[in-house]
Amino acid sequence: MASPKLDRGEIIARNIGVGCFTTFGGFFSGGMVAVLIAKFVGSVQGCKPVEGLPACNWWVYAGVGAVLGAVTLPILALSRLNAEIPSPAAGVIAEIIVKEGETVAVQTVVARLETEKGAALGKNDAPAASGTTSSPAGKQPEKAASTSGPQREATPVSGAARQQPPAPAIAASHTGNGNSFEDRVRTKSSPLVRKIAAEHGVNIASLQGSGVAGRVTKRDILSFIESGASTTSPIQGGRAGGHALPLPQPWPGDVVEPMSKMRALISEHMVASRQTSAHVTSFFEVDFTRVARIRAKNRAEFEAATGQKLTYMPFIIKAVTQGLQAFPIMNSSVAGTNVIYRKQMNIGIAVALDWGLIVPVIRNANDLSLSGITRALNDLAARARAKKLSPEEVQGGTFTITNPGVFGSLMGTPIINQPQVAIMGVGAIEKRTKVLPGADGEDTIAIRTCAYFSISFDHRVIDGAVADQFLAFVKKTIETFPETGF
Amino acid sequence: MSEITYLEAIREGLFEEMERDKNVFCLGEDIGAYGGAFKVTEGLMAKYGEQRVIDTPISETAIIGAAAGAAHMGMRPVCEMQFIDFLSSGYSILTNYVATARYRAMLPTPMVVRGPSGGYVRGGPFHSQNPEAAFLHTPGLKIVYPATASDAKGLLKSAIRDDDCVLYFEHKYLYRRIKEEMPSGDHLTPIGKARIAREGTDVSIITYAATVWKALEAAEQVEKEDGLSVEVVDLRTLLPMDDEAIIATVKKTNRVLIVHEDTRTGGVAGEITARINESAFEWLDAPILRVTAADVPLPYSPPLEDYVLPQTSDIVVALRKLASY
Repeated sequence: MASPKLDRGEIIARNIGVGCFTTFGGFFSGGMVAVLIAKFVGSVQGCKPVEGLPACNWWVYAGVGAVLGAVTLPILALSRLNAEIPSPAAGVIAEIIVKEGETVAVQTVVARLETEKGAALGKNDAPAASGTTSSPAGKQPEKAASTSGPQREATPVSGAARQQPPAPAIAASHTGNGNSFEDRVRTKSSPLVRKIAAEHGVNIASLQGSGVAGRVTKRDILSFIESGASTTSPIQGGRAGGHALPLPQPWPGDVVEPMSKMRALISEHMVASRQTSAHVTSFFEVDFTRVARIRAKNRAEFEAATGQKLTYMPFIIKAVTQGLQAFPIMNSSVAGTNVIYRKQMNIGIAVALDWGLIVPVIRNANDLSLSGITRALNDLAARARAKKLSPEEVQGGTFTITNPGVFGSLMGTPIINQPQVAIMGVGAIEKRTKVLPGADGEDTIAIRTCAYFSISFDHRVIDGAVADQFLAFVKKTIETFPETGF
Repeated sequence: MSEITYLEAIREGLFEEMERDKNVFCLGEDIGAYGGAFKVTEGLMAKYGEQRVIDTPISETAIIGAAAGAAHMGMRPVCEMQFIDFLSSGYSILTNYVATARYRAMLPTPMVVRGPSGGYVRGGPFHSQNPEAAFLHTPGLKIVYPATASDAKGLLKSAIRDDDCVLYFEHKYLYRRIKEEMPSGDHLTPIGKARIAREGTDVSIITYAATVWKALEAAEQVEKEDGLSVEVVDLRTLLPMDDEAIIATVKKTNRVLIVHEDTRTGGVAGEITARINESAFEWLDAPILRVTAADVPLPYSPPLEDYVLPQTSDIVVALRKLASY
């Protein structure tokens, strides 16, 4: 969308993303400012525009005469989501043009604001005096006309506004990847860096730039991504630390250390994920006795043939990919009010590191054999620990498996790796006593190799029944794993 | 095979094409008996005679007009402008007549207009120009501007064989300053294909003609002194421009410096910048910069000429600015 040029006294709202970012643009000086609703562009990731939503429902929260703060008082709300939109300027609502609850097209003027500056101007009743200096009166409107160009008809200005001098160049907030123009100037980046940031879900503002005046350069962002800190996308506007709790103070003898970049990113992503997805976790117990037997039987031969250690994880990944094929919603992403069903099944495997956590991704895991999965898994894990992963190898995951069981944990409630919709946790695989039907029909106590699986899923798009069916499918697949699956 | 100069490479190309095709002939001021102002055509008349190496009156319009007529009738004329600066005297017939002939009357005009171009030789305003941008704007023309001896030969031979009018700019500063062994056989350089003169990863210089060498010098210097890896793209052909090569280097290094010897305003660099903006904006990590001649007539005075024309040191400064952006 071309950024609309506006006459003075007007403000537009554009790029209102669902639950992720809101940005106002516009410029004004005359006092009365109009509010326009613009094209809906946005997604949960805040990077890819979602087309097909031409109109939004809006209403004005505050009434005429309400005084708005300079930054974030809500004046409009998206009907379903109650998204708050920051007021573009301090001022008073002078006029509300659309009725509450009315559905309007994008670019419609819905309200006018009166700013302090404008009020002062109005009292002066000498608009030209407040203009820049001594420009000939006849020339300025011409200039204004040429800058507003073809948009003039779309955004008619009142006669009063017309007589006022052209606006000082308060730049419109050209919204792009969810950052306002001001943000972008402040964060000092380039089109390429913003593109990379959007693709990799990096908040540019959190980086230290090495370019001129702190600009974040390509090298800065790539080395940041290569450090492995970015495996998920932060949600615009949903930054960690948004709460206003007082900061804890260090006591004598305490040690204060700044977070590493990786730690800061994990912190941000975890909170953002919690704020984004409606987390629900469900648990199943999976009997690994059969897989343990298959593994024991084939282990020596497999390791001799492939040179790879055979663990339980490839069996689990294999079962998960089959489960994802049967329940595609588990392998999806939420984009605004759209659901993106991923064709690829790229399984992220959380790898604990001494210095944090990283989630390398096995691409198209559904196309791999058990030995192929093993090879990919061992390779990625080894290189993760050696800090040798390339940025692509920690991106593009569509489902994540985390394995706290290696440390003895029985079960956990993992946080979803955004923008995915589910994550599976594997508890400790250990021998347990179980009650099973015996040969004579009587119950009998047996020793079985078992583990608790947990699935955290996004209830926005996955209901409990579906998640449980998925995990039941995975359980069944593991418990009936074919003898010849190599 | 021994090395030959840029000038000798052009001459060799002319000999080979005249030998290969009886329809190829040369015309221009003092190109026959005298051998041309720079001796590019020396020996040509002795071998091929006055019918195929024609000394003309001093009229660029007449030279180009006669060549166009001959080209329509199946000949392949090669016109020499004694200095390419005088090409502007043939501007109307080239742009109004030659460039539109195929469109207007389906008349193929397989002709070449070549001539010594460029500065760095203390030639002053009438003998140092780079008028390529004036013709870049005209649909129907092709423009080549080789930077190496092998491309000088290969592009000339391709231009002569091309079925449209090709403006062939040859840089007089390079005439006797660079030497190269010619590729064996019937060596043709494709029109419309750029060349990577040096591979690099940090910054790209897009340039052509004599400034290719300045760019290479600058690239070497910043590699030594700053550890920068600079890619140098030699366009070779300006029209049609090799967009593919331009975009490829932008995507590779994300930082672009465009260098040309021509003046700045309305120059080729502006066109390249626009193309990158349109096709690869999101691949840019820094604004596109230009190093060009200043917007003034080229002075005779050596220190002033050095000041006006782009020098290696100017490119080094721009590279550093771009790399640190």
